[in-house]
Amino acid sequence: MRRRWRELKRQRWEPLPETLRRAIVAGVVGFLLLVLFTPFAGFDTTALFAYLIFVVTYVPPYRRLPLGRFVVPLAVLVLAVAYPYYGDHMFTLPVFSATGSNGFPSMDTATIITVFAMMAVGLNMVVGYAGLLDLGYVAFYATGAYVSGWLASPQFAGQTFGFGGTGVTPGTPGIHISIWLLILLGGIVTAVIGVLIGLPTLRLRGDYLAIVTLGFGEIMPQIAKNGDNFFNTGFNLTGGPSGITPIDPPGFGHWLHNNVWSGLPSDYLSATHADRFFFWTGLALLVVTVFCSVRLRDSRLGRAWVAIREDEVAAAAMGIPLMRTKTWAYASGAFFGGVAGAFYASYKTETFPDDFFFNISVFILCMVILGGMGNVWGVLLGAAFLAYLDRQGISNAGGWLNDHFSGAHASWFKIWSSPIDVSKYSFGIYGLIILIVMLFRPEGLIPSSRRKAEFSAEDLSDEPLYDVQR
Amino acid sequence: MATEAGRAALPSVLWRRRPSVTSVLGTLFVLLILVWLGVNLVKTPSAFFSASLIGITNGAVYGLIALGYTLVYGILELINFAHGDVFMLGAMISYWFVANVFHVHDNPSMTTLLPAAIATLFIVMAICASINITVERIAYRPLRHAPRLAPLITAIAVSYILQNIALAQTGAGYEALGTVLPHGKVFSIGGVTYTWNKLIVILITIPVLLGLIWLVQRTRQGKAMRATAQDRDAAAMMGINVNRTIAFTFGIAGALAGAAGLLYMLYYQSIRYDSGFQLGLIAFTAAVLGGIGNLPGAVLGSLMIGLVQAFNDELTWHAPGGNWTQSIVFTILILVLVFRPEGLLGERTPEGA
Repeated sequence: MRRRWRELKRQRWEPLPETLRRAIVAGVVGFLLLVLFTPFAGFDTTALFAYLIFVVTYVPPYRRLPLGRFVVPLAVLVLAVAYPYYGDHMFTLPVFSATGSNGFPSMDTATIITVFAMMAVGLNMVVGYAGLLDLGYVAFYATGAYVSGWLASPQFAGQTFGFGGTGVTPGTPGIHISIWLLILLGGIVTAVIGVLIGLPTLRLRGDYLAIVTLGFGEIMPQIAKNGDNFFNTGFNLTGGPSGITPIDPPGFGHWLHNNVWSGLPSDYLSATHADRFFFWTGLALLVVTVFCSVRLRDSRLGRAWVAIREDEVAAAAMGIPLMRTKTWAYASGAFFGGVAGAFYASYKTETFPDDFFFNISVFILCMVILGGMGNVWGVLLGAAFLAYLDRQGISNAGGWLNDHFSGAHASWFKIWSSPIDVSKYSFGIYGLIILIVMLFRPEGLIPSSRRKAEFSAEDLSDEPLYDVQR
Repeated sequence: MATEAGRAALPSVLWRRRPSVTSVLGTLFVLLILVWLGVNLVKTPSAFFSASLIGITNGAVYGLIALGYTLVYGILELINFAHGDVFMLGAMISYWFVANVFHVHDNPSMTTLLPAAIATLFIVMAICASINITVERIAYRPLRHAPRLAPLITAIAVSYILQNIALAQTGAGYEALGTVLPHGKVFSIGGVTYTWNKLIVILITIPVLLGLIWLVQRTRQGKAMRATAQDRDAAAMMGINVNRTIAFTFGIAGALAGAAGLLYMLYYQSIRYDSGFQLGLIAFTAAVLGGIGNLPGAVLGSLMIGLVQAFNDELTWHAPGGNWTQSIVFTILILVLVFRPEGLLGERTPEGA
């Protein structure tokens, strides 16, 4: 069956011109949307508009134009930047819409999506490019968050130090450094920690490395949890289970607000649309992350990562310094994890250990796997989808299921008697997603062409491809 | 790395004369811990003895779980993350059987407890074995020729799925059984009494270990297992049904997890859907400490981890305290993997580091 399908694909589908193929795909998508949306959600002009944008960005062969490869990312970027203005006015999604909402990510969810996408892109550098399975990525995220917790909050009330801190009156106890600096500093500190963790452990073989990173990922939240009273010395480093709060918001400061343009808020929390500013900041950081990720992938270093992933022995024989290259992969992955953590802490205005358990590492790994290891765009898609699912999607879909199938008031027919709390099972759902993707489409939703070749070349796959012993 | 390769090529006697920095530091570290234990023994002997007894008992339970990890790792070189959750399911199932089928409640008489426990043991071993075989069939066998990290990732996925199955069945609370094991005195040492419930745990673990060693070392099936572990292709050429052997190994590991689950339920009396993962990680640490792939090593490592945990929890003189137990266990895991990946009893293999 599968073979015949493949044969058919090669003989009939692939000889067609690319533009025609894409037009057919767009047509099929449009037809499916029409069939799926109209019975559930009603037809809406904004839906038509969204579909037209999709067609215009997807079908024409922009790749052949000079600078054409930037068209689609730019279009996506513009749509993302403008999201706060049209997000609330979109058509209603079937299944995913709770009552009173249209089911599209709220501004809060959208900001969280940018944070998780940053982390997923960072993890992708380690797992996707360099092929080092990191099960403790959350440790880096936690480090970044605590860096901004320590240096932009009243945590160390014995000190009074301010440097560009926004949202606090000068002279407030505690260290208050500008969040912009802390985002960078969080990245740097985390990268250093990544190197420190990496140096002794990176010479281990793939699965041992995974376990060691898992160990670090388990130790970190414990330190955060027990750090309010280190070995009964009374020294409060991390605020213990209740964490550090409040953390200063980012902002542009009074001078820019008063003298340059009043549209720039002196600190985000004082702005009318604080959520929009947080979202745009997250988006900007994400764009920088993606840019760095793509440029790193094509650099000498990135090609060395891919070479190591595919065959360590051959890579070493070609003169790639294994340890140094792997450590760089670790450090760069850690850097973006730290940046995301620092920003996230400032966005939530708090940081506490419950955000940093093993679950989150697996969640981020799930994004990378679902999207397609090694492909930035796939990882972005996976991150956006899963972060949305986690914040809104699962509970909305669960609500829909309960409305239609549970209890005596089931609007369709009764399957289970009392409403079930679907979001309780979110990690089971992610586990199922990982399992299904690994079994049936190990290269992910949008595979990188190289990855695809690795997984489909059956005669090659007897050899482990990216994790030969050193 | 070059120096290390060079060192390995030298005759072993030559470099043994000059101990490396890590081995000196490691020895110092162990000495320091011994001194710490000694001082604690002198200061609070009763706490020391009670901690030792608790530690050995915990270690025996970990040992049963660690054996499953080590068996699977030995044959597939796969860290079966789902093993801890199979154990958790085993404990849940035995709870259900003991409490709801055999109606064993607080302080039962020996005549009600013994048949119920034995019947449950066989049932739960069979169920957990089939769960583990199913997991292997669904999540690991299709990926046998995939890149090596692929089954590791599916193992994590399966672990989450099993946890959520338990969550759906029992909810987020603890499943608690009354006091079922007898708490009579066996002997007392330094003012601390050793009770029957602790002894029973040891009495079950030791025969299981001996039986397992007999199975692997002496039987035809064990020979097939060892052959498959050494070289899967060559074993297949010798007429060994590799897939069946692997499934058999998973079955044995699952049965061990089931037995451990029953024991855990009888001894600790309560379990929650996510206990299995944590315990599994501890047991895995124990397996690594003893030398992964090595059966007596797994039990030795488990006893040591159990003792470390108990000493850390119970002792008072300069002990980090129970909050840090988990961190200490994982630190041990990291240190062993980094400095002595072959463990205490394992042999250094080419791919061991």
